[in-house]
Amino acid sequence: MATTPLLDVRGVNKSFGAVQVLRDVDFSANAGEVTALVGDNGAGKSTLIKCIGGIYTSDSGEYRFDGKPVTIHTPRDASDLGIEIVYQDLALCDNLDIVQNMFLGREKVSHGILDEPTMEQMAADTLQGLSVRTVKSMRQLVSSLSGGQRQTVAIAKAVLWNGKLVILDEPTAALGVAQTAQVLELVRQLADNGLCVVLISHNMNDVFAVADSIATLYLGQMAAQVKASDVTFSQVVELITAGRSGELGLRPATAGAAANHGGGGTIDMNGAQE
Amino acid sequence: MTTVEEQPIATTPAPVAENTLGGYVREYFAKVRGGDVGALPAVAGLVVACIIFGIANSNFFTDRNFANLFQQGAQVTIIAMGLVFVLLLGEIDLSAGFTSGVCATVMAVLLTQHGWPWYWSVLAGIGVGLVIGLFLGSLVAKLGIPSFIVTLAAFLGLQGVQLLFLSGGTAITIHNSTILAIDNNSMPTWLGWTLYAACVVVYAALRVMRSLGRRRRGLVPEPWTVTAARVLALAVIAGLATFALNSERSPNPLVISLKGVPIIVPIILILLVILTFILSRTAYGRHMYAIGGNAEAARRAGIRVDRLRISAFVFCSTLAAIAGIVAASRQSGVDSNLGGSNTLLYAVGAAVIGGTSLFGGKGRVLDAIIGGALIAVIDNGMGLIGFDASRKFIVTGIVLLIAAGVDAISRRRAAAAGR
Repeated sequence: MATTPLLDVRGVNKSFGAVQVLRDVDFSANAGEVTALVGDNGAGKSTLIKCIGGIYTSDSGEYRFDGKPVTIHTPRDASDLGIEIVYQDLALCDNLDIVQNMFLGREKVSHGILDEPTMEQMAADTLQGLSVRTVKSMRQLVSSLSGGQRQTVAIAKAVLWNGKLVILDEPTAALGVAQTAQVLELVRQLADNGLCVVLISHNMNDVFAVADSIATLYLGQMAAQVKASDVTFSQVVELITAGRSGELGLRPATAGAAANHGGGGTIDMNGAQE
Repeated sequence: MTTVEEQPIATTPAPVAENTLGGYVREYFAKVRGGDVGALPAVAGLVVACIIFGIANSNFFTDRNFANLFQQGAQVTIIAMGLVFVLLLGEIDLSAGFTSGVCATVMAVLLTQHGWPWYWSVLAGIGVGLVIGLFLGSLVAKLGIPSFIVTLAAFLGLQGVQLLFLSGGTAITIHNSTILAIDNNSMPTWLGWTLYAACVVVYAALRVMRSLGRRRRGLVPEPWTVTAARVLALAVIAGLATFALNSERSPNPLVISLKGVPIIVPIILILLVILTFILSRTAYGRHMYAIGGNAEAARRAGIRVDRLRISAFVFCSTLAAIAGIVAASRQSGVDSNLGGSNTLLYAVGAAVIGGTSLFGGKGRVLDAIIGGALIAVIDNGMGLIGFDASRKFIVTGIVLLIAAGVDAISRRRAAAAGR
């Protein structure tokens, strides 16, 4: 790749007790691109992003952000760098409105009083910048929003805080067809606005619809990180299920070893991720 | 991935379909139909109860009884205002009643037996409330004991502490005129009108400034007609109340003149303004609602949930202390029963009837006052009709059930309407 990736992690290892969940994982993501992170259940996707987001500390590995080596120990460190993670459960408060949710914990205050007009304006500007047109009022309660709109609010919240790297954990998992389209459009828009987007997904249609590059985890190892245009649907599925596909992926020996190793550990890994 | 079926209205905020008075009214009815009833049941109940008691007993609508209502309901109302804080987090404080009793007793003991000036005694009483709240809150937030258990224990324990202070149950009589004035005396009529005028002017000014601020930024403001309607409503209701309270209500005016707004009214108003400001205009208040709505989301947003949880109990117990002092003033002293019997249950009832959810995340201090007013009206009205305690309890219980029922039904409708 010609440009320096915004996020570049090398040789990440992470164990929970005796179970090694990540082994020597390399992963990079470029600004202005959507990087999909795929893999079967227990492959280590969540663990990897939790290491990136500072929720877990990796056992070893090199971590570069914007070309500079960094260390991330807490979620604070990550958000200070501009890494925002949008979790599957969205972490929104139903009883608060859109603006209140977007500014939760980081409210604009002037003279000790909440500066509602400024917040409303900034929130509206952010949504407009993302070409979101589906929200009737900025003062709607989140409980009145559809699943896609909630996802939109959660993503907009990440953008509002100058996230450079936005990690989306299964953003379309619970959505219908129209709303999935709406969210994917937003994901694309984020990358087009110059952000670095990491998309975790199980849905190959979604991945091929928006991703520029696809990284496949197989039993805790990075099977391959390839350009989306260079691979086919079935190749990626093979990478996910077998760790290799033709020339791509882990070498047979390694793949086998990983399978042997991980065979008994899969259930434990699931447990460790909860 | 191109067309989206939801209507493409721009993100520029449009709070109502039509930004007119009529639009606001329609929006409000749509909200109520959608299940967001707010304090409406309590207000409706208040009106109905007033009409029934007014017809049943000619004394109910006298100025004298009106003033009485405020003074009778003050303790329960102030405790309910504090309870809103813990209820917002989905917690409960069962000990608030006896907290008010203990704090009033501390105040009375210092005042009468140790000769402290009234202001130090009152401050000490409030300080004890603050410490109790800190203690309860820490047990709930730091140790993780459910608030129901912690405050149930405190309910029992504080009852004992109160008896201990009263050396086994001897009542203490308060003679200090300042303390007695709090929940017995009224302000001069001119002060009542001045206060009224100040309230209306300040309210109008705040509304207009807010509206102008939004206009300046190009955000959609509330239409002027709505602002005017709000101010007018306040002016009329508060004006009528002030007028009634400022009328002569002594049965024999030649012997003793009795008129003016009870002093407790501005006290409750000041508490209302301060607490409402804290809950709706500060980041702290916003975080309280957030924790009540989704504690995990609040935690992830970097909100110190533990601290806020403790602070809610501090608010609750401190207000309970103030309520206790008011009650001590009302009954010219303290006894072992102050803050006991049904005080707390009435207060929880007041908050819930006013529309505060026991599940957290929903509730306003003003609603607690409306709920408190309804309970005071029932208590007072049934007393006037001549019903005894048994029937009063039964009716109050039924009203609480109805209120909780309305809340449950509205919540179901809200879920159906997607609100």
